[in-house]
Amino acid sequence: MKDDIGTLFTLALLFTLLSFLSVGGAISALPEVHRQAVDLHGWMTDRQFAEIVAIAQAAPGPNVLFVTLIGQHVAGIPGALVATFFMCGPACGVAFFVARAFDRFKEKPWRRAVQAGLVPLSIGLVAAVALIIARTADRDAATIAITAATFAITYWTRISPLFALGIASAVGFAGIL
Amino acid sequence: MSERAADSPVPPAAANAATPSTNAPSVPELFRGFFKVTITGFGGVLAWARREFVQVRRWLTADEFNDLFALCQFLPGPNIVNFSIIYGWRLHGLAGASASFIGLMAPPVVLMIIAGMLYERFGALPEFRGGLTGLAAAAAGLLIMTAVQMAEPLWRKREIAPALIAAATFLAVGVLQWPLLWVILVLAPLSIALAWRAVR
Repeated sequence: MKDDIGTLFTLALLFTLLSFLSVGGAISALPEVHRQAVDLHGWMTDRQFAEIVAIAQAAPGPNVLFVTLIGQHVAGIPGALVATFFMCGPACGVAFFVARAFDRFKEKPWRRAVQAGLVPLSIGLVAAVALIIARTADRDAATIAITAATFAITYWTRISPLFALGIASAVGFAGIL
Repeated sequence: MSERAADSPVPPAAANAATPSTNAPSVPELFRGFFKVTITGFGGVLAWARREFVQVRRWLTADEFNDLFALCQFLPGPNIVNFSIIYGWRLHGLAGASASFIGLMAPPVVLMIIAGMLYERFGALPEFRGGLTGLAAAAAGLLIMTAVQMAEPLWRKREIAPALIAAATFLAVGVLQWPLLWVILVLAPLSIALAWRAVR
């Protein structure tokens, strides 16, 4: 599969479509990436998907770069580059050309309606991502406790999320999980 | 953003003059600025970009930043990537857009590919299984936090209709795992129609 042009083509098509569907942010595309990569194409297991998303979250850079890791897992470095390019290129190209026109409609009620109307969808999609990852990652009391603790720390304190991710992997690395 | 800067299809030398923010960056400064926010930008670049560009470097006022970012959210494509291209172009045309985009994307893509190579090579080893298990569990907590934070304004304002749309999206995509395309084609127009009634 590693050098398969067909696989690269599939990746290009998938991420082009997803870049137009990721309402509110790239992370909204994750449930569909999961459905396609795990359920439809069998490119990875649930567990690999959850780990790849977790690594992407721990790394710096735009959220969209989880697609780089997905592409790389599926088809090596060419896959990483194809996934990244097609998740950004076509949609950003369109965005670039319509930016001028849309900026003029800033105060128009329909634009505010479209913008406000998409917010609930992106909330639902991020919640869906959380469910998909939690379903795989939380398999016993210890992992559920880590999820709950991370939520509590990042929600109620100003401690950096990176700290929570670091502690959690250290705990796991020490063999407690 | 001023009307003039927003309108110009050609790299506008005049946009600098027309833009009220005082410290419009040069092309190398654009590259360095985006480079800095992207390598420090853990958990998404937005918060870091706002702090760096508005408060530290004063490239944009808070309002200009919010306006431009709202536009980028509205348009298709990853928001911050749109932001880098549109902002870079407005100041310095193709050179500005390229400098911003490459500064934003190249460093983390290289890091990500290295991380991916390490994962493919060592991820299955028993020594690293535990660490990855912990990392994934923490990532789940982080995602729940993000969802709750995003949903908060709906609770506070007691907005029933958007809350129902969010719940329906969650159910369809998260629980039932229906294809995203169909869910968006059905729920987006419905949600926009409801929002339209609210804004009028």
